[in-house]
Amino acid sequence: MRRQLAPLAALLTLGAALPAMAETVAITGARILTAGPAGTLEQGVVVIRDGRIVSVGRGAPPAGARVIDASGAVVTPGLFATGSLLGAVEIGALGDDLSVDNPQIGAAFDLTEGLDPASTLIPVARTGGLTSAVVLPQPAGGGYAAHEHDGEVSGRRLTAGGGHGPRPNTLFAGQGAVIRLNGSEDMVVRSGVGVMVAFGKAGARAAGGARGAQVAALKAVFADVRAYAANRRAWEQGSYRELGLSKADLEALVPLVQGRTPLIARVHRAADIRAVLKLAREEKLKLILEGAEEGWMAAAEIARAGVPVILNPITNRPDSFEILGATLENAARLNAAGVTLAFTGPEGAAHRAREIRYGAGTAVAWGLPWDAALAAVTVNPARMFGVGDRTGSLEPGKDADLVIWSGDPFEPLSTPRAVYIRGQAQDLTTRQTELRDRYTDLGAPLPPAYRHR
Amino acid sequence: MLRSGVLVVGLAALALSACATTSGAAPKAGGKDGAAGALPAGLDPGARPDAFPSTYRPLPSASFAIVGASAFTGTGQAMENATVVVRDGRIATVGEGLAAPAGIPVVDGRGKWITPGLIDSHSHLGVYASPGEEAHSDGNELTDPTTPEVWAEHSVWPQDPGFHTARIGGVTTVQILPGSANLIGGRGVTLRNVPSRTVQGMKFPGAPYTLKMACGENPKRVYGSQGRAPSTRMGNVAGYRAAWIEAAEYTRKWDDYRATIGRGEKAEPPGRDLGLDTLSAVLRGEILVQNHCYRADEMAIMIDIAKEFGYRIASFHHAVESYKIADLLAANGICTATWAGWWGFKLEAYDSVEANVPLLQAAGACGVIKSDDSDLIQRLNQEAAVALAAGRAAGLQISEAEAIAWITANPAKSLGILDQTGTLEPGKRADIVLWDRNPFSVYARTEKVFIDGALAWDRRDPRYQPRSDFDLGQPGEGVR
Repeated sequence: MRRQLAPLAALLTLGAALPAMAETVAITGARILTAGPAGTLEQGVVVIRDGRIVSVGRGAPPAGARVIDASGAVVTPGLFATGSLLGAVEIGALGDDLSVDNPQIGAAFDLTEGLDPASTLIPVARTGGLTSAVVLPQPAGGGYAAHEHDGEVSGRRLTAGGGHGPRPNTLFAGQGAVIRLNGSEDMVVRSGVGVMVAFGKAGARAAGGARGAQVAALKAVFADVRAYAANRRAWEQGSYRELGLSKADLEALVPLVQGRTPLIARVHRAADIRAVLKLAREEKLKLILEGAEEGWMAAAEIARAGVPVILNPITNRPDSFEILGATLENAARLNAAGVTLAFTGPEGAAHRAREIRYGAGTAVAWGLPWDAALAAVTVNPARMFGVGDRTGSLEPGKDADLVIWSGDPFEPLSTPRAVYIRGQAQDLTTRQTELRDRYTDLGAPLPPAYRHR
Repeated sequence: MLRSGVLVVGLAALALSACATTSGAAPKAGGKDGAAGALPAGLDPGARPDAFPSTYRPLPSASFAIVGASAFTGTGQAMENATVVVRDGRIATVGEGLAAPAGIPVVDGRGKWITPGLIDSHSHLGVYASPGEEAHSDGNELTDPTTPEVWAEHSVWPQDPGFHTARIGGVTTVQILPGSANLIGGRGVTLRNVPSRTVQGMKFPGAPYTLKMACGENPKRVYGSQGRAPSTRMGNVAGYRAAWIEAAEYTRKWDDYRATIGRGEKAEPPGRDLGLDTLSAVLRGEILVQNHCYRADEMAIMIDIAKEFGYRIASFHHAVESYKIADLLAANGICTATWAGWWGFKLEAYDSVEANVPLLQAAGACGVIKSDDSDLIQRLNQEAAVALAAGRAAGLQISEAEAIAWITANPAKSLGILDQTGTLEPGKRADIVLWDRNPFSVYARTEKVFIDGALAWDRRDPRYQPRSDFDLGQPGEGVR
């Protein structure tokens, strides 16, 4: 079979030319899905300068602007991989940099120190239209673990409920961060965006075996943190009672008990969701639910509490006794109840982060309004994690994080023609496309080892 | 040289199940050989080659026609305004613009799409059932690296709710494999995806048995970590070869015994060995090898082992590096059953490319999209679309009508059942999916699924909403 000239070559070449500072770029002719107040614009124009969006509207591009003709294409904000391991894992089986089992460092664990902008997963993720990720720490003892895809050779399977490992030494998994997927040293957009805690079976194990023990343990910790915040000097001088956490963890939890930083609760079963809602209400915590496979069974309560939810729309099997009610309609039902959603992807939305857009499409197929699905992969996670003022939608003043798509962004047959992060066109070459290209001509006289860029 | 093409092997196995005629089979009851060679029940490997026979009966069905749909036939053809007529559970007619025959019910397919029933050639439904608790971990016999004596069907729990969710995804036939901890993991089984009280009630009549083998990291990790062989890839290869040597000797012993009693002489029968029965049947071409193998270099070694011992490999599974040896796989007629987007979960999966299957197709090799996952099995059409898009991005011109074969005709070929299912052609089992839109769209959902011409799932008909026993009384009792 003869290979055609790559049909997108023209656009890619355009994309490769980084806009110089102060250059004004206008993307014209596309259907623009802003995920912001401007809604959808047919034949719209996005104007970019200095890495920011100047305007989103209709009409002629500004004089002097370099015009990128995207006629027939679709433009969206860059997508978010929420609840991701991106930047902290290379080979799944070799482990990640997100799990700490240290009694001195729980809530204080800041994963940004371990992120690697050179990870080959980041360019791959960009080819799925992703420009940002919310990276979350992973509870020790198996709250998340790489699934054995190919044989379950461990003789057991890790479940959504939280694994079978030894009892972890900490109740807190650490703090999440928002990163941009530009693969450079300025990848961290915001750190300390929330403190992760696993509830349900995993939380019970961390607290010594039963769910109720975890609630009691957390309440004791929160009381200690409040006491610490009010008596720092006495504590420093050793004239205050002993508190159950290291200084680092106490400090890290102060913004949490003050309701400034959210508690990110990994929780699955409806009864456990209700228990977490109650805990947050009593302790006056800001809360985000993650997992929430049975969230639809408590949809009204979640909505009433104004708590947003991170979920994987494709989870529908009773893979553990904590998710017996899992259904593909979870997203649609929660949305109908008024809950704000953000979507994660399979296996930690890292290697397979590209599938987040297909998950959004699947949620639509099972009843979620299309615009709500777009929000769940753009503006909602941006707002939930405190970066809504700078990314997540196409609005003047925000970072120019956007994607030019060949068609509907949720369709597998659509592909990103160009991906911009802070106005810079990203290279869509990946380790995978390089591998592909060196093996397309198996009859070449020299071995593939001699073919690379 | 290899024994035969996949189809021939498949036919041989079909013949075996109907009436034993091959060298390893039993002397015919009542024949003069039988009198001389009669062995107590259970000691003659050929006496009852199908010890757990299929009791599959199609669900109730009647003749019908689907009219006016767009169709991908699985043969590479796309049709508009297609008519498919089903009689007696078989496809009677397929054509464009044909009037429905008088006197049979008509399904209005206008605005909808039909495809052959999807086939997943790599699943662990039932052997790693939901919920995925330790008690349901039945796919790897982790006690020895070579366990050809185990059969996946003896672990299959027909109440796995995943069979139902897979059917809603359009899957009508599924190969259930043992896991990949072992060099030789045991027999796989091909099932009709119908609700059943027993696994026998799901077994695809006449489908050849398969044998799971595994390369690479898993066997050497599992056994190496126990301080026993294999602990390296070279240890893996020594293990396969030792097993095949034993199988060849066993085969010779039984052949000698049959020849001796065939001459009317007395002979002591060899002892029966369940594992060697299976390997011997592979050497006779009756059981199809399904070989888990990620790396190109390891696949090339496995091809040479097959040649050394005179068996053939039907498919490499996972095989994320097949694109590196597409020419070799095409020349040896070996299918690749893989994903599009899965990679990097282990080192041997690092070099995966989304265009693997399209590149194989371009090289004239057989490509299959499979799941190995109880979630992905519900959206094989989506994974095929991802692969198709990647092929087009690589500059390959592949139509949707060709790509549908990755989840229909090609897996049927790799399982030796292409003469039975996998395409919409007259005479085949009427395994048909009616989609509400083009199945390459992420928004596509199945409306009806027919297995052997019988309705097995209908989104709108409350009588066709199957539930596992497990789901009763649970919050998941409703639509999953």
